[in-house]
Amino acid sequence: MSRPGTILDLRDAIRRGDRSATDVCQEALGQIERHEPSLHAFLTVTADQALTRARAIDTDRARWQDQPLAGIPLAIKDTLCTRGVRTTGGSRILDRFIPPYDATAVARLEAAGAVVIGKTNCDEFAMGSSTENSAYGPTRNPWAPDRIPGGSSGGSAVAVAAGMAPLALGSDTGGSIRQPAALCGIVGLKPSYGRVSRYGLLAYASSLDQVGPMTRTVGDAALALRVLAGADAHDATSAPTDVPDYTAGLTGNVRGARIGIPRAFVDGGSGIDPEVSAAFTTAMQTLAGSGAELVDIDLPHAPTAIPVYYLVATAECSANLARYDGVKFGYRAPVDRGEATDLRTMYARSRARGFGPEVRLRVMLGTYVLSAGYYDAYYRKAQQVRTLIRRDYDRAFERVDVVAMPTSPTPAFPIGERIDDPLQMYLADVFTVSANLAGLPAISVPCGFAAGPLPIGLQLIGRMFDESTLLRVADAYERAAPWWQQEPARCLP
Amino acid sequence: MPEAFTRTQIEAVAALALLELDESEIDRLSRQLGAILDYARQVQQIDTTGVPPTASVALQHEAEREDVVEPSLDRREALANAPDADPGAGFFKVPRVIG
Repeated sequence: MSRPGTILDLRDAIRRGDRSATDVCQEALGQIERHEPSLHAFLTVTADQALTRARAIDTDRARWQDQPLAGIPLAIKDTLCTRGVRTTGGSRILDRFIPPYDATAVARLEAAGAVVIGKTNCDEFAMGSSTENSAYGPTRNPWAPDRIPGGSSGGSAVAVAAGMAPLALGSDTGGSIRQPAALCGIVGLKPSYGRVSRYGLLAYASSLDQVGPMTRTVGDAALALRVLAGADAHDATSAPTDVPDYTAGLTGNVRGARIGIPRAFVDGGSGIDPEVSAAFTTAMQTLAGSGAELVDIDLPHAPTAIPVYYLVATAECSANLARYDGVKFGYRAPVDRGEATDLRTMYARSRARGFGPEVRLRVMLGTYVLSAGYYDAYYRKAQQVRTLIRRDYDRAFERVDVVAMPTSPTPAFPIGERIDDPLQMYLADVFTVSANLAGLPAISVPCGFAAGPLPIGLQLIGRMFDESTLLRVADAYERAAPWWQQEPARCLP
Repeated sequence: MPEAFTRTQIEAVAALALLELDESEIDRLSRQLGAILDYARQVQQIDTTGVPPTASVALQHEAEREDVVEPSLDRREALANAPDADPGAGFFKVPRVIG
C-alpha cells in the first residue's frame, strides 16, 4: 500500500471528494486488523461506531465540509474518558469502567470532525516509560517488535507510526507523549501547562499532566493543537490565553531564531547513547544551516529534574489515586463473610489487587514523602528545587527562543530490559521531565536513526504559551530534514 | 549500598496508603523504595535557602464565578459504574460496617 497520509493530505482528499470519510476509516481499520496482532497498540477498537460516524460525515457533507478534522481517524490514549466506551487507563482496577462523559480534548476533536477508532494501550495510569506497565500486556515498536515503543503513550505512538491513525491523543506528565513519539519516529507535542483542558483525563500528577497530539508531521500537530487548545469551564487550571492560528505561523523561516543548547547537561552524566548524540549534533547543524543561531546555555539544575519529578509526581499520584477504593467505580475485591465488618480491608484489598506493581510502588513512595517527618526533607525540598529548575529556564529564555536537547538518551530498548529496575526506567525521562516541572511546551520531532534502524527524536522546548515559535522552529527543521517520511518496513504488508 | 526499609516502616506506609501487602510485596517494596529514595536524596544537597516552593505553574486567574446551575450526571449514570449500588434508593453500597 501507499504511505499512510498525513492529516492534511487526508483532509484535502476528503474535501475535494477524492476520498470519502468511510474509505479513510476503512483503511485505518484495515491497518489495525493487519498489525494489531503483532503490535498490540489498542485496548479497544470501536470499528462499528467509527464506520457509522464516518458514513454520517459523508452523508452530511455540507455540515462537515469546513470542519478542520472532518473524517480524520483518531486514536485515544486510554487515560482519557470516552462516553460509553470502556476506559481502563491500562489498569485492572478500571477493567469495566464505562465513563458517562467525554474528556474535553476528545469532545473538541470530535466536534471538529475526527472519527474515534479506538482506545490505545498505555502504562497503567500513565506511570511508565515503556508501556510494559499496562495490565493488558506490552505494546511493540513497529520498527523492532522485540523492543518497547516508549511510554506511557506507547499505543498512541504505535497507532500513528504504523499507519493505523494519522492523529492520536496522548498525555504527558514527565515525557509520556514525547518519548514514545521519539522512539517510534513520529511527532509528539506536550503543550504548555493549562493550554489544553485536563477535564476527563485520569489524573496522575495534576500539576504536571497535559494532554497533547501525536501526529506524523509538525503541521498536523499545529492543526490539532488549534482545535484542542483553550479555556474550559471544567478545568480551573486551563488558561484563558488566546489561541493563535498555529498553522498560519508555520513559515518555514528560522532565520535569526536563537536555539539554546545546554551542552553540559546533554553531554555529561545523562547516559546518552553515541548515536543519539551524533544525530542531535547533526540536527543542530541543520538548524544552523537554515539560518538559526546556536547559543550555548546552562541549565545547572537540570540533572536534579529526575529525582524532583519522582518526588513531586508520586506525592500527587498518592493523593489522586485515593479515589480508587472499590466503592464509586472500579474493581472491588471480595471480602470473606468473617471480615465483612472491616471496610478498610475491602479498600486495601481492592487497591492492592486492582493496582499493578509500579502503581503500588509510586503510591507507597508518594505516601511516604508526604508523611509526617519526611514532608520537609523530600516533598517540600523537591518543590523548592522545582522553582530553581523553572528559574534556569527563565534565565535561558532571556537569551534564546527555543531550547534544544535530545528527547530520549537512548533509542528503544528491548522489552523486559528495565522492567525489574524502576530507577533505570526512570532515567529514560532524563531530558523530558524538566519541561513538565516548568510547565513549558515541548515537542519531539524525528531527527534520524540509530542502527536497527531505530528512530531518534529531537526535543525542542519553548517559552510558556509560545507554542507558535516552538512549532515554527520544529516545522522548519522538519522541512530541512524530513525524517518523518521514513516508514517502518517490517510493518508494511 | 541503598538503605532498605524495615518491615515495620513499609507496613506503616501501607496502612496510610490503604494497600494490603503480602510477604513478597513487602520485600520488593522495601528494596525498591530504598533504592529510589537513596537516589532522590541528591535533592537534599541543593542549597534552597530562601527559595519558595513551586506547587503549581498554573496561571493565576479569576477562579470565582457566578454559581450557575448546569446539567450534571443523573443519579443512575453516576451509580452505573459502582461495584455495588442501589439505583432505586440512590446509594452506593459497601460491606456492612455495623455488626
